Amino acid sequence: MDMNARVLLIEDEANIAEAMRFILTRDGWAVDTHGDGATAMKKLRETRPDVLVLDVMLPGKSGYEVLDDVRADHEFAALPVLVLTARGQEAERHSALARGASLFMTKPFSNAEMLENLRQLAGA
Amino acid sequence: LKKRRNVVNLGPINLAEGKPMARLALIGTRVRDRRLLLGIKQSDLARDAGISPAYLNLIEHNRRRIGPDLGAKLAGLLEVEPAALTEGAEGALFDMLREASAGVEPGIAPEIDLIEEFVGRYPGWAGLLAARQRQIVQLSRSIEGLSERMAQDPFLATALHEVLTVITSVRSTSAILTETEDIEPEWQMRFLRNIHDDSLRLTTASAGLAAYLDQTRAPETGLASPQEEVEAWLEAEDYHFAGLERSGAVNLEGVLQGAADLVSAAGRELALDHLRTYQGDVQALPLAALLPALGAYGANPVALAKALGRPMPLIFRRLASLPPDHLPAGLGLVGCDGAGTLTFRRAAAGFLLPRFGAACSLWPLYEALVMPGTPIRRIIETVGRGAGARFAVYAWCDRDYPGGFDGPAVSRAWMLIVPLASAGDDSLRALEPRLVGASCRICPKADCVARREPSILT
Repeated sequence: MDMNARVLLIEDEANIAEAMRFILTRDGWAVDTHGDGATAMKKLRETRPDVLVLDVMLPGKSGYEVLDDVRADHEFAALPVLVLTARGQEAERHSALARGASLFMTKPFSNAEMLENLRQLAGA
Repeated sequence: LKKRRNVVNLGPINLAEGKPMARLALIGTRVRDRRLLLGIKQSDLARDAGISPAYLNLIEHNRRRIGPDLGAKLAGLLEVEPAALTEGAEGALFDMLREASAGVEPGIAPEIDLIEEFVGRYPGWAGLLAARQRQIVQLSRSIEGLSERMAQDPFLATALHEVLTVITSVRSTSAILTETEDIEPEWQMRFLRNIHDDSLRLTTASAGLAAYLDQTRAPETGLASPQEEVEAWLEAEDYHFAGLERSGAVNLEGVLQGAADLVSAAGRELALDHLRTYQGDVQALPLAALLPALGAYGANPVALAKALGRPMPLIFRRLASLPPDHLPAGLGLVGCDGAGTLTFRRAAAGFLLPRFGAACSLWPLYEALVMPGTPIRRIIETVGRGAGARFAVYAWCDRDYPGGFDGPAVSRAWMLIVPLASAGDDSLRALEPRLVGASCRICPKADCVARREPSILT
C-alpha cells in the first residue's frame, strides 16, 4: 500500500479499533481512530484522511448522521467512505448508499476483505 | 353459552380423519380469538367443554394439543359449523369463497350469486381458490405477529448487535494472531487479552439472548415477554383472586404457587406487583361495599364513583376484578404508563388489543393521558377484525410526583371498556361513535388522520 495513504476509523468498539489499527498499519496505512459520533467531523478536519471508515452505531451521533455531515461539507463531498454495520439487510445497504456511502460492509468481516475494500477506495 | 348465528370460519382444523389436529400453533390462538370475540369467559368455556380452565389456558396458548373429540366440542361451543372445521367440506368451501370474494381488487366483481354453480361445475378450481384464500388468512396472521415482534422488539435488535460486534472483534483479532508470523510478543499478549475480554462479553450477551429466546415460543404462540406471562396468568385466574378479597394477611408468593404461565423471574415480579395493587384496592373498596352499588347502578363507573366516593381508577380496577358471576358481560380494562405502553390488558369481548407495541392513538386512553384528572367518556366503534362492535369507554389519568417538587411526573392512565349493551348509562347513546382500531400495523382504516405507520393489511 502507498505509504502516504491515511485512513480515519470512526469506531467506538475499542477492540475492533485496535485490531483494525494493527492490520492497517502493517499494510502501510497511516491510521487515526476516533470513538464518538458527535465529534467525528472535528476529527475528520484535523486528520484529513484519504478514506473514512464509519461505523453506524456510535455514541453521540449515528454513523448515518455523520455521513450526512460529511457529504454536506464541500471539502469532503468526494471523500471515499466505507460504512460498517452489524445490520446487513438490503434496506440498510440501500440507505447507506443513498446517503452517500462509497462502500458498505456488514459485521463480522474478514481482515482481508477490509484491506481489499480500502485499497480499492484509495485507488491503490 | 348463548347461541349466536354469526358463524365464523376458524380455518383449516383437520377433524375429518380423527388425527390430532395439525397446525397446533394456529388452533389455540384461534380458539382464544373466537372465544374473546363471542365474549365467553375462559372458565365458562372450559367448564362446558369438560376440561379445567388451566388446561384450556394451555391450549389457547398453543401449549397443548387438541384431540379430535375435544376439538369438535370446542367448535360446537364456539358456534362454528362442524363443516367449517373440516377441510374440504362444502360449508367451509362456500365460506372461504365468500371470504375470498370480499377482499378482491377494485374493479373485479365476482359473481357471488353463482358460487353454488361454480362449486358444482368446477369443484377442483373452487377447492384450489378456497385453499389459497385459507393460506392468505394464515399468512396474514403470521405476518402480523412476526412484523409486530420484529418492529417492536428493541431488546432483540440490541442483543443481536452486541453479539455481532463482539464476534467482529474476535474474528479480526484471532486472524491477526494466526496470520501474522512476526507479531511482537507485547502485541500478541495484548490481542490475547482482548480475545479473552471479548469471550467473556460474548458469553454474557449470548446467555442473555438465549434466555430471552427461550422464553419466546414459536412466532405465533405468545408468552414472549413477562407482560404476556402475566396476562396469560391473569386470564387463567379470571382476573379475580378470592383469597385476597378477605381481610387479613395473605402470603402473596403463595398466591403465585402453581402459576404455570409465570416462567420468568421478571414475570413473577410483575405478578407480585399486580397482587400488591389488588390488595390495596380491596382495602380501599371491599366487595361488600362494591356489590350492592353495582346492583343499584350497573356497570356505570361514573355513578359508582359518585355513590361510593372512590376515585375513578379504583372503580375501574375493581370492576375488572369482580368475581366471574358478578362481572358485567364482556367488560375489559387497559392501563398504560406515561409513554403510552400498555401495562394492563383485560380484553373486552370483541375489542381487539394489540399483541405488541403501541395501540391505536385514537383510543380515549391516550386523550386521558394528556389530560390528567379529567374524566373522558366516549362511544367507540371498532374497525378491522370484529368491525362494527360498539363500546362505552371511560378513561382517566392520574399524575403523581413521587420524587417531590423536583422529581419527574409519573402518569398512569386507565380505560374501562364496556360493551354498549352492558353499559348502565343510557345517556351514552346520544354520543357520536368514534372509529378506532387495535394498532396501525393491523388496522385497515385507510384515511385515518392519526395513522402512525402503514398497515400491513393494505
